[in-house]
Amino acid sequence: MSGRDNSILLEVSNLKTHFPFGGRWIGNQQFIRAVDGINLDIKRGEIVGVVGESGSGKTTLGRSILRLVEPTGGSVWFDGIDVMGLSGKEMRQMRKRMQFIFQDPYKSLSPRMQIGQLIAEPLRLHRIVPEEKVADRVVTLLGKVGLNPYFQHRYPHEMSGGQRQRIAIARTLALEPEFIVADEPVSALDVSVQAQILNLLLELQQSEGITLLIISHDLAVIERIVNRIVVIYSGRVMEIAGAAQLIETPLHPYTQALISAVPSGRPAKRKPRAQVTTEPSRIGKPLKGCPFAPRCAEVQSICWEEMPRLESKNNEHEVACHVRQTS
Amino acid sequence: MLVEVKDLRSYFFLDEGVLKAVDGLSFSIAKQETVALVGESGCGKTIVALSLLNLIPSPGRIVDGQMLFEGEDLRHLDSKQMRRIRGRRIGLVFQEPGVALNPVYTVGQQIADVLKLHRGLTRHEAQAESIQLLGDVGIGNPEQRAGAYPFELSGGMQQRVLIATAIAGRPKLLIADEPTTALDPTVQAEILDLLCYLQAEYQMALLLITHDIGVVAEMADRVMVMYTGKIVESGSTQSVFHSTLHPYTRGLLKSVPQLGVGKDEILQGIPGTVPDFLELPRGCTFHPRCNISETGCTATFPPIRKITPGHHCACHKIT
Repeated sequence: MSGRDNSILLEVSNLKTHFPFGGRWIGNQQFIRAVDGINLDIKRGEIVGVVGESGSGKTTLGRSILRLVEPTGGSVWFDGIDVMGLSGKEMRQMRKRMQFIFQDPYKSLSPRMQIGQLIAEPLRLHRIVPEEKVADRVVTLLGKVGLNPYFQHRYPHEMSGGQRQRIAIARTLALEPEFIVADEPVSALDVSVQAQILNLLLELQQSEGITLLIISHDLAVIERIVNRIVVIYSGRVMEIAGAAQLIETPLHPYTQALISAVPSGRPAKRKPRAQVTTEPSRIGKPLKGCPFAPRCAEVQSICWEEMPRLESKNNEHEVACHVRQTS
Repeated sequence: MLVEVKDLRSYFFLDEGVLKAVDGLSFSIAKQETVALVGESGCGKTIVALSLLNLIPSPGRIVDGQMLFEGEDLRHLDSKQMRRIRGRRIGLVFQEPGVALNPVYTVGQQIADVLKLHRGLTRHEAQAESIQLLGDVGIGNPEQRAGAYPFELSGGMQQRVLIATAIAGRPKLLIADEPTTALDPTVQAEILDLLCYLQAEYQMALLLITHDIGVVAEMADRVMVMYTGKIVESGSTQSVFHSTLHPYTRGLLKSVPQLGVGKDEILQGIPGTVPDFLELPRGCTFHPRCNISETGCTATFPPIRKITPGHHCACHKIT
């Protein structure tokens, strides 16, 4: 991983978040290794996509970076500041600069507050603007996410899913953050509305220079707006590459399976898909080998023995797979 | 024809007014045919499915129309006769398997219940058959998994169980309402493969309801596109995809995310949202979101017309 130079905004190294479960006694306790040693650098102004199935740890990764869950180990440096070393009070200040957009706009907005109040809340909490200017700023923010000022007197239930997600985005923008983690920002929305929200995020990145980490289970959804894609499985990075390169020449069998699962969108016979079974990964048990081995069609004996390391295959394309690294 | 629906109207009588969720729908489904019903959330797709099974919740009801199933008008059946249709001759798969399955019974029991009720099997026969059904829907170790409770299974597995309960009565028509929307793409692909396989194996017709037109391309024989309670375009999958007529269908097709298109081509959605059913725009309800609308479009809702044989469209601008 490269050093802490100016162009890198966020540096995640060996991040681990383990959740205990099972036995009540320390000795019996097992851990779900939701995030298990992830390294990731994000440049200023970059849009990075994190892709994986449900349960792969992608949401926990996003939350761990913002310390919405407390990581077990590793470090996160944000603009030269050690995020893990911050006190609770300092962390609250830090969250002004690092924000989170939740998956479900039906649950993330208080049903009892009007839209105007919802957007004013972060402005007041963090004293972004003086009280007399709050109302003006609310209107400006609504405009930024493409909503009319009259929406401020409405309640969330009066709005569609896409409009609610715009409100959620306006609330994060209120704090003028430099970095936003968007967790499945469109998966609760109709496909016809997904494009609107993704285009909005792209516009905001361009106009406000915000750095984005977008988490999604659907490669096709994020491919168009991200610069780089990180594929994770079982809390580990399987492959990282530029978006176009990853789609055109995927190396990891898991990435290939994700790509072949996308419907072609063309009327034809169903195409044969890359063979993977969806047997859930064995959580808890520390795996000796590659976590994907039980589902992999190309598994070899070494895969059961040793965890493959993330290695550079060619420029900026890294993959963690024994089979692909040797071939 | 297995199903023939003529001028179906299902309205909800609310304090605020009459919500016309299904407003004059006509379609048919042949034996063993796969028909897709496509539209955004809030277009009335699910109410079509519920109408066919006479399950519309109050204050809604079917106010007009005919629903012939194997020549029998479902509207004239009493509730007892209707119970012999539901689950027996028409199976239904819901969107969220986690909600549709009963959490306090094992999945084997839930399938066996259907078999006892609709096929008159004894307890032992039902048990054996439910294990076979679990195998049919691609669940490994069916003997063991039959004893599992829904919460012990992943979303994809739960959906397989739900499909097993839906086909247990050996229905002639399987209605799948957004069967893969709550699932991961890899699992979605598997469930779609499974539905294709079962349809051939059990010789069922399939009514596939979805908001993602990309999902149906590889599966459906015919596609019907629905907007504000009406069908705005219908035709063979080939013709709907390759010679698309209605601007709404165009919008749906353009919003399907596809791989490898690259960053240059911005994903296009459909501007705006589905209008409130109680405040529908005048004339063609799609005109505020339409890129080819003219002043004439606000006068009347265009009737659905045959444009080419088998390909119908409801648009003033398409003739």
